[in-house]
Amino acid sequence: MINFSFDGKAYTAQVGDTLAAALLRNGIGLVGRSFKYHRPRGIMTAGVEEPNALVTVGEGGRAEPNTRATDVFVYEGLVARSQNRWPNLSFDIGSVLGLAAPALSAGFYYKTFFGSAKKWMFYEYFIRKAAGLGNAPTQADPDRFSHRAAFCDVLVVGAGPAGMQAALEAAESGKRVILVEQDNILGASLIRDPQELDAAWIEATAARIRAAGGRILTRTTASGYWEHDLVTLTQRLSEPGQTPDNGVAQRLWHVRAGQVILASGSIERPMAFAHNDRPGVMLSQALRSYVRRFGVVPGKRVVIATNNDDAYKTAQAMKDAGAQIVAVLDARPAPAGANSGHRVYNNAIPLSTKGARHCLKNVSASVDGQTLEWDADLLAVSGGFTPVVHLHMQAGGTLDWNADAQAFVPASSRQNVTTIGGAAEPQPIFKMASAAKPKKSFIDFQNDVTLADVDLAWAEGYRSVEHLKRYTTLGMATDQGKLSNMAALGRLAEKQGVAIPEAGLTTFRPPYTPVTMGLLAGAGAKDAGAHVRRLALYDLHAAKNPIWQPLGYWFRPRAYPTGGETLAQAALREAKAVRNNVGITDVSTLAKFEVSGPDAAAFLEIICATTVSKLAVGRGRYTFMLREDGFVFDDGTVWRLDENRYLLTSSTGGADRMATHISYVRQYLCPHLRVSAVNVQEHYAGIAIAGPTAKAVLTTLIGEEPPRHMSTVPAVIAGVPVIILAASYSGERAFEIYITASDAATVWAACEAEVMKVGGALYGLEAMEFLRIEKGHLVVGGEVDGRMTPHDLALDKMLNKAGGFIGASGLARPALAEAGRRQLVGLEALDGDIPEGSMLIPSEGASPQGHVSAGAFRIIEGGSVALGQLVDGFSRHGEILIASSPTRGQKARVRVVAPHFYDPAGERYRD
Amino acid sequence: MMLIPCPHCGPRAQSEFIYERTVDSVVPLDATSQEAMAKLFTRNNPRGVDDEIWRHTYGCRAWMVLSRHRVTNEISECRAIGPEALP
Repeated sequence: MINFSFDGKAYTAQVGDTLAAALLRNGIGLVGRSFKYHRPRGIMTAGVEEPNALVTVGEGGRAEPNTRATDVFVYEGLVARSQNRWPNLSFDIGSVLGLAAPALSAGFYYKTFFGSAKKWMFYEYFIRKAAGLGNAPTQADPDRFSHRAAFCDVLVVGAGPAGMQAALEAAESGKRVILVEQDNILGASLIRDPQELDAAWIEATAARIRAAGGRILTRTTASGYWEHDLVTLTQRLSEPGQTPDNGVAQRLWHVRAGQVILASGSIERPMAFAHNDRPGVMLSQALRSYVRRFGVVPGKRVVIATNNDDAYKTAQAMKDAGAQIVAVLDARPAPAGANSGHRVYNNAIPLSTKGARHCLKNVSASVDGQTLEWDADLLAVSGGFTPVVHLHMQAGGTLDWNADAQAFVPASSRQNVTTIGGAAEPQPIFKMASAAKPKKSFIDFQNDVTLADVDLAWAEGYRSVEHLKRYTTLGMATDQGKLSNMAALGRLAEKQGVAIPEAGLTTFRPPYTPVTMGLLAGAGAKDAGAHVRRLALYDLHAAKNPIWQPLGYWFRPRAYPTGGETLAQAALREAKAVRNNVGITDVSTLAKFEVSGPDAAAFLEIICATTVSKLAVGRGRYTFMLREDGFVFDDGTVWRLDENRYLLTSSTGGADRMATHISYVRQYLCPHLRVSAVNVQEHYAGIAIAGPTAKAVLTTLIGEEPPRHMSTVPAVIAGVPVIILAASYSGERAFEIYITASDAATVWAACEAEVMKVGGALYGLEAMEFLRIEKGHLVVGGEVDGRMTPHDLALDKMLNKAGGFIGASGLARPALAEAGRRQLVGLEALDGDIPEGSMLIPSEGASPQGHVSAGAFRIIEGGSVALGQLVDGFSRHGEILIASSPTRGQKARVRVVAPHFYDPAGERYRD
Repeated sequence: MMLIPCPHCGPRAQSEFIYERTVDSVVPLDATSQEAMAKLFTRNNPRGVDDEIWRHTYGCRAWMVLSRHRVTNEISECRAIGPEALP
C-alpha cells in the first residue's frame, strides 16, 4: 500500500500503479479540464499518448506540471494536483467557456490578432487567465540532471515481444546491444495480453540478453533520432516530483548506434462521435491494461465500440473481471464478432454519449441505420492503430500507406534503421463512415479541436495540412497529435476527395515525449553555465580584495579600493600614481602568439596590416589586423625576439578568435610557409610597470639599464628568466614583463615590493581605461567596433604599402574611401560629464552624427573627456556638439578635438 | 549530431568540431577587391553536396575539408589540409 494525494485528499495505491491506475482504483474518473473549453475530462489511455489526464506532480522546485497521470508511477507521498480549473475540478467557472464554444472556434486567435488591437487587448486578459496548462514552478529545481554518451552495435527501441526477440538475437550473436523501454517493466503488449508469451518468457529473455552483455534500460524513452544514427534517450531515475536517491533525477543519453531497430508498437486511435470526450470513454487497449496489469476495473456496465478484432480481447478481459458487456458495437458487417459470445451489433457506429455529474450514463449508436441506446458507465473504443513512426521519420525516412490498417507504415530510410513488430505491421481495420455530429466530435482532446473545426478551416481556405494544423492548433499540444493526427488527415482527405496519403503529412519533430529543460542543460546549469578562467596571479589579487571585472571568461581586478574608497575614487588614485610616480598591474590575459621559422616575418605580414620584416632583432612595434572585408579586426604589438622568432600580442577579448584566425591562415591559406605559430596566451603571465619612475624601478629589478621604448630584452628578476617589452599603453614610460606562468608569483612579489618601496600603487582595469582614453589609445570592442577601417581610425599611414595582408583587397573597395564615414575624434566637455554610449547631435532633435565610445576624466587636470566616432570627424575639430543619452537622461556640450588629450608628441615614454 | 570522420583521429562527434566556412568563400590573398567581395557576399547555397571547412577544435585542432550533402547530412569525404597534406 502506498499513500498519495490528489487535490489535497489522501488516497492509497498498490505497488506498481501508475497515478492513472491509482486514481481509477479510487473511483476518480474526472481528473482534468480541457485547454480551451474547460470540458471535464477523464483518463483515456494507459500510455504516454494521454491527452487528458495532465496533472502537476510534486512540490516546490520539484513540481512537474503537465505530467501525464498515465506516465508516472505512484511512490510514497506523491502529491498530485489537477490543472486548468478554478475554484476546483468538479465546479470550474472556466467551463462556461464551453457554452461559448461557437465564439472560440478554429482560428479564433488569428482572427482576433488580425482584428483591432483594442479587441485583442480586451480578450487577452481573459484568455491568459483561462487558457493554459499547469504552472511552471517558480523555485529552482533542487535536483541534478546528468548526460552520458554510449555506443552500441544495435539499439532496440521498445521491449515488446518483437523488440525483446530482436535484442536477444543481436546480443547472442555477439553484438553490443542496448534495449530501451519507456515503461518501468518489460513486455509492452505482453503485459496486457499474456496469452501468447507470458511473464516467465519476459524474465528469461531479459536474463539471456543481460547474460550476453546487453544493457536494458527501463523508464527510458528514445526521444530523438538525429544524424548518423545518434539517438537521444531520456532516462528517469526518479519519478516526477520524487526526491532522487542519489540526487540525479534524470539522465540524457547520447547513443551512437551501428544499427537501430524500432519496435515501438502502435497507438490505438479513438473514434469521432458526439461527446466522445466524456469521462468514462476510454481506449480499448488502455481499458485492458487497467484490468489485466493493474487489476482495476473502472466500470460495471461497458459498451465496446470497434472496427477491428482487437477490442474483443478487451471484452473478454472485462468479462473475466466480472463486468457486464452491455454491447459490442462492431462497425464491420456481420459475421464479424459472431463467435465471441458477446452481444454484438454489426454495422454499428457510435453517435453520442450522455452523462451526469461527470460520469457516463448512456451510449447511443446507429445500427443498420437505426438509433439504439444503452445505459453504460464505461465505453471502450478502438478506432484502429497508428504505428509509432516518429523515430523512423526523424531519421529521414519515408512512409508507405497500408490500406488494410488505414495507417502509414515505415518504408525506406537513409539511415541504418529498421522497424519491426506492430509498428511495421499494424492490425487491419474496417474503414468507418464519418461522424454524424462533427461539432462535439473531438479529435484533438488536449487542444479541443473538433471535426467541425477541421471543416471550418477547410471552408476558410486552408488546404495544406500544415496550415490546417496551425490554424486549428491540432496536434500542437503536449501530446503532439499522437491520437489526433490521423483523424484530422482522414477528414481533410475526405474534404479534398482524395486518399489519405495524398492529403500530406506534418513533420515528426523530436522529442517524442516532453523533455524537462533541466535535462537538456545537464551539468552545464547554474554556476557551471559558463566556465571561469583564472589568472596565474589570481590568489595574490584576491588577497587584496579587489573589485573584479569579468572580461570574456576571465576575471581581472578592476580596482583595488582601500579605506572605503568608491570604484571611481580608487581608480583615480591608481591612475594618478601612474601619472606621477609608478604603478603595477596584471596584463596576463593579453593574447600572445609565438611565431617562429624562416617564413615567420612573411607569415606575420599576412596576418598584420603593418610591416613586420623591417623590425631589427630586439625591436617591436604597434600593429593591427584586418578582416577580409577590410575592417579593423584587432590590434596589438609585434616583437622580434630573435632572427626568426617573433612574439605577437593582441587584445584579451579577441584572443580566442585571433587564435582561430592565425590557425586558419597557417593551415588553410599558407600551408607552404615554413613557420610555427603557437598560442602562448596562458604560458606567459604578464606584469606591466608604468610611470615616470618605472625605469628606475626596473633598473633596480634587473640590475641593468632597461630597454628603450619599443625594444625588448631577456632579463632575470628574482632569479627567474623574463622577457621585457618596453611598450606603453598608459602614455608613460612603461614595461611589460612576461614570465612563465608557474613562476609569476615570485616575479610579481619582487616587482610589487620595488614599486611600493618608491611609493607607487597597484592599478586595475578602470585606471587603465582612464589612462588610455586620455592618451587616445584604442580598445578592441570600443573604438575598434568592427565598423571602422584603418582610415577611420587614422591608422592608414601605418598600412603596409606592399599590400599582401588579409583585408588588403577588401579595403581597396572604393566605397570605403568615400566621404561621410564615421571617424575617430576626441571630445572635451564644456559642461557636465560626457555620458558613455551617448549620441552626438549638432542640436536638440537633430539626427545623430556619431557616438561616444569611451568616456573618462583627465587624471591630473580634471574635466570630462571622451573618444567618439563622428561623421567626417577629422575635418570637424573645433565644432561644438551635444553628447546626448536620452535613455539615461544625461547630456553634455562637447568640443570636437584630436583624440590625444595627454602628451600628444609622445615625449613622456621616450628617454 | 553528425559523426565526422576526422582524417587524423577517426570518426568523432560533431560537438568536437567547429564549422568555419564553405570552401568557395575563401578569399585568396591575391584576390582583387571585386573577387574578394564576390567570395564574401555572393556565395553559393547549393541544395546538394558542398565543400565545407571544419576544424577539429576539441580534438587534434586540425582543419579539414568536408564534402557534406546539405539536405541529408551525408558526408562523402573528409580530407586533411595544411602542412601535413602537402605533397
